[in-house]
Amino acid sequence: MRKSWILALAVLAPLWAENIVIQNATIMTVTKGTLRGSVVIKDGKIAEVGEKVMMPQNATVIDAAGEYVIPGIIDCHSHIAVDGNVNEGSVSVSSMVNIKDVINPEDPAIYRALAGGVTAANILHGSANPIGGQTIVLKMRWGKDAQGLIFEGALPGIKFALGENPKRPGNPPGGRGATQTVPARYPATRMGVEDTIREALNEAKAYKAEWDEYDAKVARGEHPLAPRKDLKLEPLKEVLEGKRYVHAHCYRADEILMLLRVADDYGFKIRTLQHVLEGYKVADEIAAAGTGASTFSDWYAFKFEVYDAIPFNAALMQRKGIVVSLNSDDAELMRHLNTEAAKAMKYGGVSETDALAMVTINPAKQLGIDSRVGSIEPGKDADLVIYDKYPLSDYAKVQKVLIDGQQYFDRDTDLSGRPAKALEKQKLIDKEKQSSPRPAGGRRPVG
Amino acid sequence: MRAFVMLTGCALACTAADNAVLIRGADVYPVTSAPLKGASILVLNGKIAEIGARIAPAKGVRVVEGKGLRVYPGMIDSATQLGLSEISAIRETVDTGDLGEFMPQLRALPSVNPDSEHFAVARIAGITSAITFPAGGGGGGGRFGAPRQYIAGQAALIHTAGWTWEEMAVTGSAALYLQFPTPRPPGGRGGFVPENIAELAGANSASTFTEMMRTYHQQVAEITEFFEEARRYQKAKAAQAAGFVRNLKFEAMLPVLDGKVPVAIAAATPQRIHDAIQFADQQHIKIVILQPRELGSAAEELKAKNIPVVLGKVLALPRGPDDPYDQAFTLPAEADKAGVKFAFGTFDNEFVRNLPYEAATAVAFGLPQEEALRAITINPAQIWGVGDQLGSIEKGKSADLLVTTGDLLEIQTQIKHLFIRGQEIELSSKQTQLYERYLKRQ
Repeated sequence: MRKSWILALAVLAPLWAENIVIQNATIMTVTKGTLRGSVVIKDGKIAEVGEKVMMPQNATVIDAAGEYVIPGIIDCHSHIAVDGNVNEGSVSVSSMVNIKDVINPEDPAIYRALAGGVTAANILHGSANPIGGQTIVLKMRWGKDAQGLIFEGALPGIKFALGENPKRPGNPPGGRGATQTVPARYPATRMGVEDTIREALNEAKAYKAEWDEYDAKVARGEHPLAPRKDLKLEPLKEVLEGKRYVHAHCYRADEILMLLRVADDYGFKIRTLQHVLEGYKVADEIAAAGTGASTFSDWYAFKFEVYDAIPFNAALMQRKGIVVSLNSDDAELMRHLNTEAAKAMKYGGVSETDALAMVTINPAKQLGIDSRVGSIEPGKDADLVIYDKYPLSDYAKVQKVLIDGQQYFDRDTDLSGRPAKALEKQKLIDKEKQSSPRPAGGRRPVG
Repeated sequence: MRAFVMLTGCALACTAADNAVLIRGADVYPVTSAPLKGASILVLNGKIAEIGARIAPAKGVRVVEGKGLRVYPGMIDSATQLGLSEISAIRETVDTGDLGEFMPQLRALPSVNPDSEHFAVARIAGITSAITFPAGGGGGGGRFGAPRQYIAGQAALIHTAGWTWEEMAVTGSAALYLQFPTPRPPGGRGGFVPENIAELAGANSASTFTEMMRTYHQQVAEITEFFEEARRYQKAKAAQAAGFVRNLKFEAMLPVLDGKVPVAIAAATPQRIHDAIQFADQQHIKIVILQPRELGSAAEELKAKNIPVVLGKVLALPRGPDDPYDQAFTLPAEADKAGVKFAFGTFDNEFVRNLPYEAATAVAFGLPQEEALRAITINPAQIWGVGDQLGSIEKGKSADLLVTTGDLLEIQTQIKHLFIRGQEIELSSKQTQLYERYLKRQ
């Protein structure tokens, strides 16, 4: 793993220039229409967008004649760059664990996502628990360390999960071929999922009251004994205070409605419903709750709770006024979210701009980072993707990707660097073969 | 569910009596010849009866106005489990991957459920025929701790519409599915191990490497022995030997030994492809290679021996952490440049409808567009032995036709009319019905 990372770094060290002008391009700003012209980048930010722009001095010019520029794609549901398993499945409520602590900046999926035009992603804990671990938003700054990947200032989140996944540990497998039995973990039903969430929020509410009382006393100049910090309840207290977003994995209409009502009861909002494949059935309720929906374009029937999934889901929810994004939940699908957006046009007739919004400004809104990214506007981060062709087509491919005005992916550089990379790999293999004579029967540790 | 069945029923029945259709004035993409501007196609009794610049409709012929539209032959997906697997996570709905190491007698066709919801989803996306494989994904086939399978059974080539599996059948036995062994390092977490450094990285001592190769050769020997046994059976049968007892397993092997039915072998790497070819040479059998992830030096061999390949998924991650990010995207172009004949397969029921988009991705990464189109029409028809019936718009062929708003491989293109064996199919599925129903929710 480390080797490949160093190899890739050697070839793909980001180009850095203070001022960049991308010119002669078709610029799809998402929020301000589509135009032919230039984007001026200064100090990592978009300085100007227009048919005619002021050329800054000493600018690096990228001629994008015949090409298309869109805002960097944002994936609202991903599990890349996580070191090891994404599920702390041993407990029903795993709010004490944090994805931030296990970021792996050497995961090649980061580079591959970049090569598919993704510049930021919401990295989530798995869905094994009704209340899962804490989540983090990353920028795909390939080559930077874990800290350098974090989207500075983005509000952290927490994963909730409903339906089949969190109830699975309550129904351990014992069918044909099972060689061992696993003890069951509550909950085993949707009823239990609701209860688990309510119990935890109930605890968190009491915990918050304790702290509120303590804080009030301190504010009055008293010197009370502080309550004990509870690492499980702390993030849930933040949820109740609106300081942490809830991203809730869900599929069926019943459970979606259940969670919206639970949130009502505890006085907070679900920030996004994730997957939400039956969201179209309760779109009015989701819209009324002011909750966002982040869905797949066309996945269906891979398990029972998605048997009623339809590719028109995104369009139907959008029509009801919900902020809809299209996500991947998959390191491969993540690489062509542009075509997932095109599917929203095919299935349900979403407009070009609205479709593109579903992978740019809408996920940015859902993650609370829309003042920084998600559209091509002056003042925003220069997170941009250049495609060779019309990007809402499966014939298009990514040519260049910039994050904060720095070039993190360039297809030509990638292609021209391949022979050197292959050579270096062969050298390493040869070296390894020479330096480690085979032990006779013994096992040699692998690094 | 009931509503869906009745709708489909009507779609089939209403046109059954009226079996002549004229598609008039469309741009026709026959695939096997140059596109025709403003041409007409006459469909009679399920077959393409005529293609011409101007065909006058006889009385009572249903006319489909094709002005501004295009006509393509129906697409063929060369790797699905349509009709055999409904919801992949629920074993009760999955009929692939039975128990038993050598099961050539198992037939996919009679287990095809014509009312599977996947069929309507696939056909209204333009997939009019598909290979449905009996392997993997089920209770057996190595999943859920069951023992591995070498021969999973016979794949069928089917149309994606019909009242019964008999009506859907194009070829009941299109291929025998053989899971050829792969040397696997013992233990580990099943991570990726490049073959050339397996010894160094995976099997981390000389003894485990040797052990791995020994197991592999043993497995190949077991398969070889099964084929030899089948051949002895064939001879005994031909000789009408005394005491000959009919054996269903070996009976199923006869068309394979005669070279009438190809053996489909999944092989990911050049080395594995080479092994499969070597095995085919020894056994004098016809083979089709499934799902290679790399071709490399094997491309030349495939071309020289005229062995076809089913490619997919195109939309896949590279094999190793340091392989090019577009490795899977460029593989079809590589196969094409090497002159290897190939078709595309989606290898997943839930993604069958994305077959043309997989092909288009290959175009973005260097495959000529005409070749991409061939790989989902005429190539699979030829590979599966029905090049004279399916896969192009030619007189006498099955009238499997798509009338579209544009380029078949573009996501935004819509299908306006769909014909399978000359019957117009309603563009409706469980999904479109749910959509229409919830559009009405106020």
